[in-house]
Amino acid sequence: MAGLKTAAPPAPAAGAERPAPPARPRTARRRRGVGSLFVLFLAAAYFLVPVAASLWFTVDDAGKGISFDAYAKGLTDDGLATSLLTSVLLGLATVALGLLLMVPTLVVVVLRLPRLRRLVEVLCMVPLIVPPIALVAGVSTVLSWEQELASTPFYRTFQLLQNKDFPLVLVLIYTVMSLPFLYRSLDAGLRAVDLRTLVEASRSLGASRTATIYRVVVPNLRSSVVSGAVLSLAMVLGEYTVATVLGFEPFAVWMVHVGEYEAQLSVAAAMLSLLLTWGLLLLLTNIAGGRARNRRTTA
Amino acid sequence: MTSNAPIAKGRTAPDATGVPVRLRGVRRAFGRTTALDGLDLDFAPGELVALLGPSGCGKTTALRILAGFETADEGEVLMDGEDVADVPANRRDIGMVFQSYSLFPNMTAAENVGYGMRVRGAGRRERRERAAELLALVGLPGREGHYPHQLSGGQQQRVALARALAVEPRVLLFDEPLSALDAKVRLQLREEIRRIQLESGITTVFVTHDQEEALSLADRVAVMRDGRLEQCAPPAELYARPATPFVAEFVGTMNRIPGTVRDGGEVEALGRRLPVHGSAPAEGTEVDVLLRPEELAVRAAEDGTATVQVATFLGGLTRLGLRTEAGLEVKADLPSREAAALAPGARCTLVPHDGAVLVADRSAAG
Repeated sequence: MAGLKTAAPPAPAAGAERPAPPARPRTARRRRGVGSLFVLFLAAAYFLVPVAASLWFTVDDAGKGISFDAYAKGLTDDGLATSLLTSVLLGLATVALGLLLMVPTLVVVVLRLPRLRRLVEVLCMVPLIVPPIALVAGVSTVLSWEQELASTPFYRTFQLLQNKDFPLVLVLIYTVMSLPFLYRSLDAGLRAVDLRTLVEASRSLGASRTATIYRVVVPNLRSSVVSGAVLSLAMVLGEYTVATVLGFEPFAVWMVHVGEYEAQLSVAAAMLSLLLTWGLLLLLTNIAGGRARNRRTTA
Repeated sequence: MTSNAPIAKGRTAPDATGVPVRLRGVRRAFGRTTALDGLDLDFAPGELVALLGPSGCGKTTALRILAGFETADEGEVLMDGEDVADVPANRRDIGMVFQSYSLFPNMTAAENVGYGMRVRGAGRRERRERAAELLALVGLPGREGHYPHQLSGGQQQRVALARALAVEPRVLLFDEPLSALDAKVRLQLREEIRRIQLESGITTVFVTHDQEEALSLADRVAVMRDGRLEQCAPPAELYARPATPFVAEFVGTMNRIPGTVRDGGEVEALGRRLPVHGSAPAEGTEVDVLLRPEELAVRAAEDGTATVQVATFLGGLTRLGLRTEAGLEVKADLPSREAAALAPGARCTLVPHDGAVLVADRSAAG
C-alpha cells in the first residue's frame, strides 16, 4: 500500500487550475476522421461519377431538357426483354448446374479425398487464366462437327445445345467459367464448419448421405452458396465474348448491338441492368441473411 | 494381456436395455501404421466401458469402427449377436457424442434433438414433446429455441447427449466428449452422463485419455497400447492389480525403484526382499520394482538414506518428493498427520510394503 501511496499523483492545491487534457490525441483522431472521410469520398466518386454521368446521358435531351424517353423505349423494346430474360435464365441455369457439380464434389473431397483438394482447386482456377476467347475457339471447333455427325444420334444433341431460344451450350461454358467463383466461395464456407463431424453426427442419427447433404451440409453453406451464386450470376449477365462468337444474343450482346445505332437506349439498358443486378444481389443477400436474422431474434 | 470378459453385474442398471457388443480380432491399418492389431473386447448389455490409452493407441479407431465410420481390415463387430461390419453408420442404431461440438448450427436445440426422429419419420408434435423431455433430462429445460451459438460448450454437449438419446440407440458412443470443457463443467457433465447412462441402461463405450475420468465413470476400463488391449478390468482392480508394467505406470502414479531378482521368486530393492507378482525373471536380472506412492512407508531418521525435497499438502494426504543417496527420485503419500515431521530437508528411510510387487525390464523405463 505504501508503494501505491507514493505512486499516486499529488492532489491539486485548492484554487489551482486543473491541467488541460493533452490536445494531441484529439487532433490526431480528428485528422484520422478527415482522412477516412476523404478516402470514402474518393471511393464513392470513383463508383458514382460514371453512374451519374451515364444517368445524365440517358435523360438529357438537347431539345427538351430532361426526358425519360430512352427508358420508356427500352422497357417497351422486345429485344431488351427477350435478351434480358435469356441472360437471367442462363445465369440461373449456370448457378444450378455449378452448385450441383461443386457442392457434392467438394464435400467428397473434404471428407474422403483431402489429398485431392489442391488438384481440384487448381482445376477450378484454370478458367481464370484461360481467356474466354480461347475457350470459345475450342468449343466452336467441336460444334463445327455437327454436319459430320448428321447421321448419328449426336446430331440432335448438337442442335439442342445451340437452340437459339435457350442455348444450352452457353450454360455449359458459363458453368466452367463460374467454377473459380463457386470454388472460392464454397471452399471458404467448408473451411468455416467442421464438416466431417457434422456429417458423421447426421449419419449416426440415421440420416442417409443425400439427406445429410440436403438437411445439414447445404444449410450450413448457405451464405457461401449465395455468394458464389451472386458472383456467377453477375458474370453471366455481363458476359459478351463467348455469346457473340457463338452467335447468340443475350443481354450484353444485345446492348452492344443497340449501342451501334442508338447510344442513349444502350446506356439506358445498361442502367436498367445495373438496377436488376443490384436487385438480385439484395434478394440473394436477404435470403442468406434471413436465417441469421431469425437466429438473432430468437435469442 | 488379461481377460476382457464383461462383469456380470456391476453398477449397471438392473433393467438394462442395452445390447451386448463384441469386437473380435479387429485389425485396422492406415498405410504402414497399424491402428488396431487384433483387438478383442466384449461389452455387456448396459455396461459402460471406458477405452483409455495414450494418443495413437487405437481407442478412437475402435470407436469409429463400432460407429461404422471406419471399416475393419479384419475381424468382426457384433452387436446383439449380429455382425454389423457391412451395415452403414446410419443403420446401426447408435448414438454418438463427439469431442468437438457437433450440433447442427442451422438448427435450434429442439431441432437438433429431434433430428434423428425426423429422419425416422416421426411427426412434428412427437419430436417437439420428446425434445422438451430430453432437454429437461439433461438439465436444459426451456432452451428448446436456442441455437448452438447461444449455448455454452457444456450446454452444447448436453444437447448433443439429448440428441444421441432421442433415437433410443442400442449403443451409446462417446468420443472424448468432455475434453474441450473447463474442469468444473467437465465434472458436472461426467456425473450427468453416468446418471443418465445408468437410468437408460444403454451399453456405452466412452473414449478418453483422462484416467481420472475413466476410473470414476466406467464399470470397466480397457487400457490400450499400440492397437492392442493391455488390460480390461473394473477401476479398482486396474489400479490395485495392473496386469502389465504399462498399465501400472499409465494408471495412477508409479515409482520405479531399481532392484535385483533373487532366488525364490523374490526381488531385492531398498534393502528388502519382496515377492514378485506373477513369474519372476531369471535370478540376478536387474529390474525396476514398481511401487505406488502409498505403498512406500517413510520414517524420519537422522541416518536415513533419503532426503525430503518437497512436501505437497493434498488434504488428508501429503505427497512427499524424496531423493535417495543414489540420486533416485521417489514419490510417497503419507497421512498428513504423519507427514508433519517430514519437512523439506529432513532425512528419512523408505520402506516398501510387504505385498507382491510388479517388476519391469529396466530398459523399458519411461
